[in-house]
Amino acid sequence: MIDVIRAGVLTSVQDLGRNGHRQLGVTAGGAMDTLALSVANRLVGNAPSAAGLEITFGPVSLRFTQATRIALTGADFNATLDDLPIYAWRSIPVEAGQQLTLRAPQLGMRAYFAVTGGIDVAPMLGSRSTDLGAGFGGLAGRALKDGDRLPVNAVAGAAVRGAAWAPGAPPFGVKPPWWCGLAHAGPTSPHRAGPPALEVRVLPGPQYASFSRPSRELFWNDDWTITPHSNRMGYRLSGPGLARERPVDLLSHAVLPGTIQVPPNGQPIILMGDAQTTGGYPKIGSVISADLWQLAQARLNSRLRFVECSLADARTALNQLSQYLRHIELALTLQNERSKAAA
Amino acid sequence: MTASRIFTLGDRAIVCESDPPATLDCQSRVWQVARIAQAWPHVIDVVPGMNNVTLVFDPLTADADALAARLRAAWDKAEPSAAAGRLVEIPVRYGGEFGPDLDAVAQHTGLSAHEVVERHAGGDYIVFFLGFQPGFCYIGGLDASLYTPRRAAPRLEVPAGSVGIGGEQTGIYPAAAPGGWQLIGRTDTVLFDPLKQPPTALQPGDRVRFSIAGVAQ
Repeated sequence: MIDVIRAGVLTSVQDLGRNGHRQLGVTAGGAMDTLALSVANRLVGNAPSAAGLEITFGPVSLRFTQATRIALTGADFNATLDDLPIYAWRSIPVEAGQQLTLRAPQLGMRAYFAVTGGIDVAPMLGSRSTDLGAGFGGLAGRALKDGDRLPVNAVAGAAVRGAAWAPGAPPFGVKPPWWCGLAHAGPTSPHRAGPPALEVRVLPGPQYASFSRPSRELFWNDDWTITPHSNRMGYRLSGPGLARERPVDLLSHAVLPGTIQVPPNGQPIILMGDAQTTGGYPKIGSVISADLWQLAQARLNSRLRFVECSLADARTALNQLSQYLRHIELALTLQNERSKAAA
Repeated sequence: MTASRIFTLGDRAIVCESDPPATLDCQSRVWQVARIAQAWPHVIDVVPGMNNVTLVFDPLTADADALAARLRAAWDKAEPSAAAGRLVEIPVRYGGEFGPDLDAVAQHTGLSAHEVVERHAGGDYIVFFLGFQPGFCYIGGLDASLYTPRRAAPRLEVPAGSVGIGGEQTGIYPAAAPGGWQLIGRTDTVLFDPLKQPPTALQPGDRVRFSIAGVAQ
């Protein structure tokens, strides 16, 4: 068990999402930054698809009722275990009674917590993710509250094999994806102060050509700000207004995380993990799957720049992510051998 | 048959769509293709829309061109036919606290509240597709004399099970949500239960009849 001492504002149980029920209006949901959750799970010996926690605002405090192993990935929330600082992207042994506290990140937006065995809530429709909108899955279909108790899957935990995860094995870490060339920041905008805009790669969407030429140019060439009215359903952007040249009525079809819709006010919305399953607004483009984890870590009021790419580029980018995950598997194999030799 | 085309939606979905207007013939093609495509390898989700169907696939393993060709062949082969869905009865308590806008609909349509209820419950409806929230159905077949615009100010919370009219559509809110439809009644039928298989009371292609469980004065 894990005792939730302080739940924070938006901490929820998430796995890699709920597939196969979109035709019934059920969104995939799941971790916004699936890459970070996958790595957190691997760091504690779990399958990438085990359930962990997505933490959006600190402070969050968790107390462990038994010895286990944990990992934090995603944004670094300046965490401490009792009073000692611990770093993100590391596998860390904890003792019964120890308390983990996450504060606030300097960079990034969301932290992911994994524990050996995974959070053991009942799977619903094939996933342990919390559907916050529909109110099911996860722990009682809601964000965590102070005083909650999170069950840990002891059977799955006991099945974790490898000297790196044995009781008493030392901490170890992996490189976060941005140290491996997987994140892009654009050139600093000449007429704006502050950090450079995050570049995300975009495939033009089915209604791209129906936007006016100036609108299409602004879409690529201007910066877009992620407004505070953004959440797990979608990021509402502000920037130059986009107008269509030939408005034609559209019939609703499926939309996915990454789909960029432009409602009549001309300000785009990037749909995210908890977005509805179908939408009728014109779709100017889609953020490629390989860049969604970066978008998940983009902060409110930060800026984005859309970079046009091809389907082949999108595939290459996904292969790079797979390669990063393969490198992590290699590192885990090496760590297991090292720990075995030391034991 | 109207022209149809296949286009990509990002790097992990393709859409097959027919030109408007939406027709029942086209929609039954959508349901048939959706049923078949669920079993195809690399396909994660099949989502019927209005006059269209989307395949969501695993971008690391799927060959998008081969899937598009298969989708095209299935679409062309599908037979426009009468809906083969089940007939589902939804009992509704009309008016009063359950349908606070029944009088507004009557006023707008020039019918009596009783006539609104009779016509709504007398209709043959069909579930075109689901979306917006789990179990929320886009239902076709509303009698044209009942068309009523949405409320000028949407309600902050519409109770679960509310039956409403929004423009040319009628529908049921599966869960409490903000909403602008004119509420004419409420049903006790649970439209979404994640512990059931299937989790929704209604599926794409199902026929729906609203029955009168009561009318409050």
